[in-house]
Amino acid sequence: MSKITLTVNGKSVSADVEDRTLLVYFLRGQRALTGTHIGGDTSQCGACMVHIDGKAVKSCTMFAAQADGSSVTTIEGLARDGKLHPVQEAFREHHGLQCGFCTPGMIMTAVDMIARGAATSRDAIRHELEGNICRCTGYHNIVSAIEAAAQQAGASKAAAE
Amino acid sequence: MIPYAFNYRRAQSIAEAQSLLKGDAKLLAGGQTLVSAMKLRLAAPSDLIDISRLKELTFIRREGDALVIGAGTTHHEVATSATVEAAIPALKVMAEMIGDPAVRHKGTLGGSIANNDPAADYPAALVALGATVKTTAREIAAEDFFTGMFSTALDENEIVIHVSFPVPERAAYAKFRNPASRFALTGVFVSKTKSGPRVAVIGAGSNVFRVPAMEQALATNFTADAIKGITIDAGDLNSDIHASAEYRAHLVGVMAQRAVSSAS
Repeated sequence: MSKITLTVNGKSVSADVEDRTLLVYFLRGQRALTGTHIGGDTSQCGACMVHIDGKAVKSCTMFAAQADGSSVTTIEGLARDGKLHPVQEAFREHHGLQCGFCTPGMIMTAVDMIARGAATSRDAIRHELEGNICRCTGYHNIVSAIEAAAQQAGASKAAAE
Repeated sequence: MIPYAFNYRRAQSIAEAQSLLKGDAKLLAGGQTLVSAMKLRLAAPSDLIDISRLKELTFIRREGDALVIGAGTTHHEVATSATVEAAIPALKVMAEMIGDPAVRHKGTLGGSIANNDPAADYPAALVALGATVKTTAREIAAEDFFTGMFSTALDENEIVIHVSFPVPERAAYAKFRNPASRFALTGVFVSKTKSGPRVAVIGAGSNVFRVPAMEQALATNFTADAIKGITIDAGDLNSDIHASAEYRAHLVGVMAQRAVSSAS
């Protein structure tokens, strides 16, 4: 067992975890943050995507103990004051989902790629989505949602400057 | 999926990591291969020694005619480094092609080469650039480092510290991915160095290998045309449901030509 202390969605959390506990099981089982999904559980589908210290990683492919001392953001940590994050809003606006299972991972990946300035074109967005699998949409509307959110983020950045 | 039980230890220094690394203990860097193997219960280390936070392993610097990269440096850091781009742009391009963004955020240079997956990209870069691997015990030339499928010259408690890449005149990497898994069916790294051209191939065989016939042809004429007619013996190459050995042999030629054409 290890005692871990980390920040989850802005709140400091301490917990005892079995060393072999994967981060995704800790988040879902011990923190009841079930928005982070377990899909393939093989590091391929990206349904478990979270941000560790601001970077998108697959929480099924790291142990909770590795996150000790880190700041973790899950899909539940994106909305502010009851208002959806602009990327969540864009997925709703552009209907970037059908069954919704992959959506939390898609959105966490999208937020990361927009923050890195990598969502520069539809081709670039598709390339960046390589670690996320959706079995319903054919990706078209997901790409449209991310493109719109990236343009909006660029516009608000320009306005701020 | 739940792995077998193990003890997690976070090393505070390379020396501490080395002292903990005994018996069935294993080092944990990015974990993008090891954690998956543990989940499938294909790997069952007694202890995981986490070295991912060691600052002494995470750096990129130019040292004269060499680019030196710490073993703990992630693929993302290599792919976005201005120092790498200025010294060896082909290495930046190669790092950008590894896995997907989330894997690149975690996976490391040291982890990739210590694992020596036959389809991993880094071994091609190390061999084609004539790199040297610095460990806690010694310096190992890249060609002596990669000894076979998933095996290296590393001793039981030897840890990779950094890799030193001599800066080439020109270099490039071209890979043909399996369209579904996106793993390399074949990848070819070419370079034009002071000591002559080098061609290193991954994905096609059980271990990274050079192609002397191509290197000789490129020595007199560093163009794609110079290697057009050179065929690769399929006898030693991998054959599986994804591609036959003959197809991989063909891909080596095509990827080598593409790499030479784009070398910068």
